[in-house]
Amino acid sequence: MSSYRIQGGTGEWEVVIGLEVHAQVTSESKLFSGAATAFGAEPNTQVSLIDAAMPGMLPVPNKECIRQAVRTGMAINAQINKWSRFDRKNYFYADLPQGYQISQLYHPLVGEGSIEIEPEGAEPKVIGIERIHVEQDAGKLMHDQHPTRSYVDLNRSGVALMEIVSRPDMRSPAEAGAYVKKLRSILRYVGSCDGNMEQGSMRADVNVSVRKPGDAFGTRTETKNVNSIRFVMAAIEYEARRQVDLIEDGGTVVQETRLFDPDKGVTRSMRSKEDAHDYRYFPDPDLLPLELDDAFLEEARASLPELPDAKRKRYEEVLGISAYNADVLTADVETARWFEAMLAEGAQAKAASNWVMSELFGALNRLGKSISESPVSPKQAAELVGLVQDGTLSGSLAKQVFEVMLETGQDAGVIVEERGLKQTSDTGAIEAEIAKVMEANPDKVAEYRGGKDKLFGFFVGQTMRAMAGKANPAVVNDLLKKALDA
Amino acid sequence: MSVDLATVRKIAGLARIATSEAEAEALVPELNNILGWIEQLGEVDTDGVEPLAAVIPNHLRLRDDVVTDGGIRDAVLKNAPQAEHGFFAVPKVIE
Repeated sequence: MSSYRIQGGTGEWEVVIGLEVHAQVTSESKLFSGAATAFGAEPNTQVSLIDAAMPGMLPVPNKECIRQAVRTGMAINAQINKWSRFDRKNYFYADLPQGYQISQLYHPLVGEGSIEIEPEGAEPKVIGIERIHVEQDAGKLMHDQHPTRSYVDLNRSGVALMEIVSRPDMRSPAEAGAYVKKLRSILRYVGSCDGNMEQGSMRADVNVSVRKPGDAFGTRTETKNVNSIRFVMAAIEYEARRQVDLIEDGGTVVQETRLFDPDKGVTRSMRSKEDAHDYRYFPDPDLLPLELDDAFLEEARASLPELPDAKRKRYEEVLGISAYNADVLTADVETARWFEAMLAEGAQAKAASNWVMSELFGALNRLGKSISESPVSPKQAAELVGLVQDGTLSGSLAKQVFEVMLETGQDAGVIVEERGLKQTSDTGAIEAEIAKVMEANPDKVAEYRGGKDKLFGFFVGQTMRAMAGKANPAVVNDLLKKALDA
Repeated sequence: MSVDLATVRKIAGLARIATSEAEAEALVPELNNILGWIEQLGEVDTDGVEPLAAVIPNHLRLRDDVVTDGGIRDAVLKNAPQAEHGFFAVPKVIE
């Protein structure tokens, strides 16, 4: 594999990337209040007086949010800090009624961990994760509803976030893309975040700097709130190029916060005041230190599911599924669940994996549906694959049956019975049709017997047509050979 | 540790506290008095002593993940200087 390099006038440049991913913790209620977290509610209907920062309100942490952050830490093999603390990050903005965000600067809940990524066409690589801390989300501002006013909706205010901070270990847009993809996959397996980037459940702050290979790190910029994997990669590509051109033209990179404009594919500087980053962190006096006992940690560990890396390995080594299929089937937890439900209904692993990869994915793609919206259930799929395995259906008959299943929702067995689609191995019936085909084509029979082997396919086709496609192809081949070679 | 006039102005700005020139000048010696008083703590030998995180011997209590609050939009918006269509309406803030 060749390293990702940016060509400049003075030679090659290397890009250095670190990501801070904000992941919304899956929970019913908020981090410090009992208001709901559901997406898409009417404005300000999921707001408690705590979230609106009314005087005298006291925060009480949600146990489930802490537990989910701990489980996430365990899933990335990170150190879990049994003693952590909440700090106030002070700044004023219209979406933050408290005037501070409750976060964890000095003593985060989760320490050092790592994940392994597999960028396309490159060797696997381990990316370090520095920490995961728990913090509150802010409210939402809308600027396009009124000529001189911004509207504030506090439904999101106080929702629990995990901030997952990577080491500056990535060296190309592809690596950064693979990192976000893998992180999202792990979060969805663990169930600590739904990973829905369109709804903002997961967003990334992208730190980028450039340097000549081997030099010390350059000055970095931070592009805020990038909300898709594609945009993360595009923002890095643009920002690295901009920095190289800037330096080569004699300028210097300023450490600053930038915004990504997805329509133009460019980043631009946020015109912030110079002291905007003077957050004056201090321990939140409303909250005692968070102390976790061994029983809590043990329960969290015991509740972890099989994670994507382990699952992929097991699919390959125990179930005998190809590396490519195992990779695709385990990448998303919903796919893996569906596939395993099929196996639980008795489907043979290899046949089931091939069927899901070609038939099911093909159909879902055509219908524009996700696997959780599949019109055919895992149980129905297992029955269909079973009918191919036991010889009741040929591959092409199975395709026909599947189409009917998609349309009607009927079970495979019922369709086979009602439409008479059963494959037959009835040698008497097949032999009778073969005799007719040979009788109708004496010239072809003579040619074949005279050495024109290619005509065998013609006889197979004619016989299958006469049998309305229902003859077992292996039996047809066998009987034809016997009849023609006689 | 001590503060000068520029620092006082900066702190006031960060805290969004309007301070006249005369008030800021008066605050410089006032704050320095407080800082000096607190600095006496520096005389105590704290080698090997863990920083104090809380003065009460309780543990942080956690609550169960159930929805027990919200659905009180009128109360939440009641004191807002301006509210429209269920939103707080504030002077336009756009980056």
